[in-house]
Amino acid sequence: MTDHPGTNRRATTGTSTAAAVLIRGAAPYGEDVTDVLLTDGVITHIGAGAAAAAAERGADVTEIDGDGAVLLPGLVDLHAHLREPGREDAETVASGSAAAALGGYTAVFAMPNTRPVADSVAVVEQVSRLGQAVGLVDVQPIGAVTVGRKGERLAELAAMADSAAAVRVFSDDGDCVADPLLMRRALEYVRLFDGVIAQHAQEPRLTVGAQMHEGAVAADLGLTGWPAAAEESIIARDCLLAEQTGSRLHVCHLSTAGAARVVREAKQRGVRVTAEVTPHHLLLADERARGYDPVFKVNPPLRTDSDIAALRGALADGTIDIVATDHAPHALHDKQCEWEAAAPGMLGLQTALSVVIATMVQPGLLDWRGVAAAMSERPARIGALAGHGRPIAVGEPGNVTLVDPAASWTVDGSRLASLATNTPFNGMTLPGTVRATVLRGRPTALDGELVAPQPDSSRDRATDSLSKVTA
Amino acid sequence: MTPTATPTVGNSDMTAAPTTARHSDAAAGSGLPRHLLDTRTLSADAAELILDTAAQIEQAGAGRQIRKLPTLRGRTVVNLFFEDSTRTRSSFELAGKLLSADVINISGKGSSVSKGESLRDTVATVDAMGVDAIVLRHKASGAAARVAGWVDATVINAGDGTHEHPTQALLDAYVMRRRLGTLAGRTVTIVGDVLHSRVARSNIWLLNTLGADVRLVCPPTLVPAGVENWPVQLGHDLDQALDGADVAMMLRVQAERMTSGYFPSAAEYSRLYGLNERRRRLLRPDGIVMHPGPMNRGMEIAPATADAANSVILDQVAAGVNIRMAVLYLMAGSGPATADAQPSDAAPAAATETETA
Repeated sequence: MTDHPGTNRRATTGTSTAAAVLIRGAAPYGEDVTDVLLTDGVITHIGAGAAAAAAERGADVTEIDGDGAVLLPGLVDLHAHLREPGREDAETVASGSAAAALGGYTAVFAMPNTRPVADSVAVVEQVSRLGQAVGLVDVQPIGAVTVGRKGERLAELAAMADSAAAVRVFSDDGDCVADPLLMRRALEYVRLFDGVIAQHAQEPRLTVGAQMHEGAVAADLGLTGWPAAAEESIIARDCLLAEQTGSRLHVCHLSTAGAARVVREAKQRGVRVTAEVTPHHLLLADERARGYDPVFKVNPPLRTDSDIAALRGALADGTIDIVATDHAPHALHDKQCEWEAAAPGMLGLQTALSVVIATMVQPGLLDWRGVAAAMSERPARIGALAGHGRPIAVGEPGNVTLVDPAASWTVDGSRLASLATNTPFNGMTLPGTVRATVLRGRPTALDGELVAPQPDSSRDRATDSLSKVTA
Repeated sequence: MTPTATPTVGNSDMTAAPTTARHSDAAAGSGLPRHLLDTRTLSADAAELILDTAAQIEQAGAGRQIRKLPTLRGRTVVNLFFEDSTRTRSSFELAGKLLSADVINISGKGSSVSKGESLRDTVATVDAMGVDAIVLRHKASGAAARVAGWVDATVINAGDGTHEHPTQALLDAYVMRRRLGTLAGRTVTIVGDVLHSRVARSNIWLLNTLGADVRLVCPPTLVPAGVENWPVQLGHDLDQALDGADVAMMLRVQAERMTSGYFPSAAEYSRLYGLNERRRRLLRPDGIVMHPGPMNRGMEIAPATADAANSVILDQVAAGVNIRMAVLYLMAGSGPATADAQPSDAAPAAATETETA
């Protein structure tokens, strides 16, 4: 048991200027133990020569003890809600970036259901700039598929793709692109720039007033059910549309055994479909709703134990490509209310890796190569994000995460870096702590503490907002 | 009726106002929960205690010109109703007043609730005034459970969304016990909109706890998915389900269910699931007809059947007051009284030795 990551939010600036990082005695992908040297943002040495090369550089080398730790490519989250602009009381790009860095992430895709909606060049570029200014992770905006996420007409997708934010992933997440013709047009249109539509699969008519998974627990609790078929029917439809158009489809937060079956069959036919699962759907079942604590309310809802088993199997066999957090901070008053009035969503950035270790690595379903694929390589590839999800090899970008799988920690929502506290894992002891997160050769988090980026006069806004997080 | 005799409810004199003793001592060892949120987790002992206490209260009041008891003098009960309700609210109000509690009614309309205040702030405000019990009616399932986590007062669930309505099930059980002697081995057929019915859920759990067999009968669109584990026999044929049953419990069917497509028309529903005189005769000879009200005459129940000799629908209303008195007596008296209440102020003890049915 170690200290709670994020306990000490005071930025340590002393090491932030390091031009070189030497990770001693770590095991890349959990394999052979070696030294890795990152210089000027790039992996320059692996193996016996790394320490010697570091010694030649002299004083400006940050040394990180990798003993017993596994070195992974920096984690990439394809699905996070950073809430800025619009709900800065729940999360900001700065606080979300802090949570991401402490959770081992070097890049985060920000969902567009902000206020205003990220359906225009102006908003996606704003989010992108905020992320750069904070500098703890690369924040890559996702653009809305439709204007205002209203599901009526396409947003200016090409303009967002051509903008400085270089958007490649589009989603109305939170709502489904339910109109089949609009979905078809969106899939066709993003082929202009090899984009991808990330679908929140939820048939709206089948889920009117839905509160939780339709099943035995919902029946007891008298809460309106969210049937599995409402998710699976949209995924099946979209797979057929993707097959017909030859376009890329990504399925957000797949949550049922039947949905995994649909995706598996589509992949076997060669459909260009990828899918994600969230950490909470890998661990928590609908039984958690007894007691009506809305911290367990999420969309899609927590399913059953048999769904959980099927999702773990599907992630292990590659049917599900990636783990994405669906990190969804909510202000206290949006959770301290009756279940039906509560906002759906859960924190995820600081707990995702630990949950994956508990649910996939420890049971032997996924090795560290698999973790690297599901949490770094494939999400970067799906999102067409250059410089991330690359191999740990000489000449590659210096984005790495050092994880101590033998350590454990107890989650305390009030001590996470997010402004919100709505973690469903509160009080749970989980395996795996992040010993270091390194972005382009510069540590952003070390042993549960943030490492503030270099102060930069052009980044006053970021320094201000970061100081709120790290104060 | 001897003025000196006292009833024996959990070793406490129900006609005496509580002073320093915690009133919940009356329920010591009974397994009564701190709050009455549901019947699913209510033990048989606790349910029997409430039913027995209601019987004693009824008998205590039966021979008296003035039914009022001083038991909850100095206690404050707040009826916090966020949904329109006539019978449940007035039943709780009367129950509280007959026990000499100070009863305050707050409805969702015209209060700060309609000004957008959160449920948590509303109940915290009420609780901060120092009330002993909050009787809560709310449209959200689980609202009572949430409120119980936020307040010091005892919370009595008077209906939360489509979850539960425990005092309704208790009063139904009270009436059934009265008419049938015991519930063990009896067959109760619950008919209608099970999906949206908190009455059905509370009755299913309580009847099962008390040893009755429950049959559910409804169109397939009006039963929740996932009831395989419920302790019921589920069917869709009303004639079959009524055959040889002791009780036909009809549920109210709201008109909006029809427009939502749960069934094609009122006429078709009535043909398939309406209780009429022919169907009533499928019950055992001493079988009874129940309805929680308000009734849609001609829809789920024929007028002649609602008024038939073995209809106990008005008995249910009467039982409601006694059951709610029992619940408030057993559960609302914990903690120090909020006003001075001397036993000497008590009205003449009216209760006599009672036997529990």
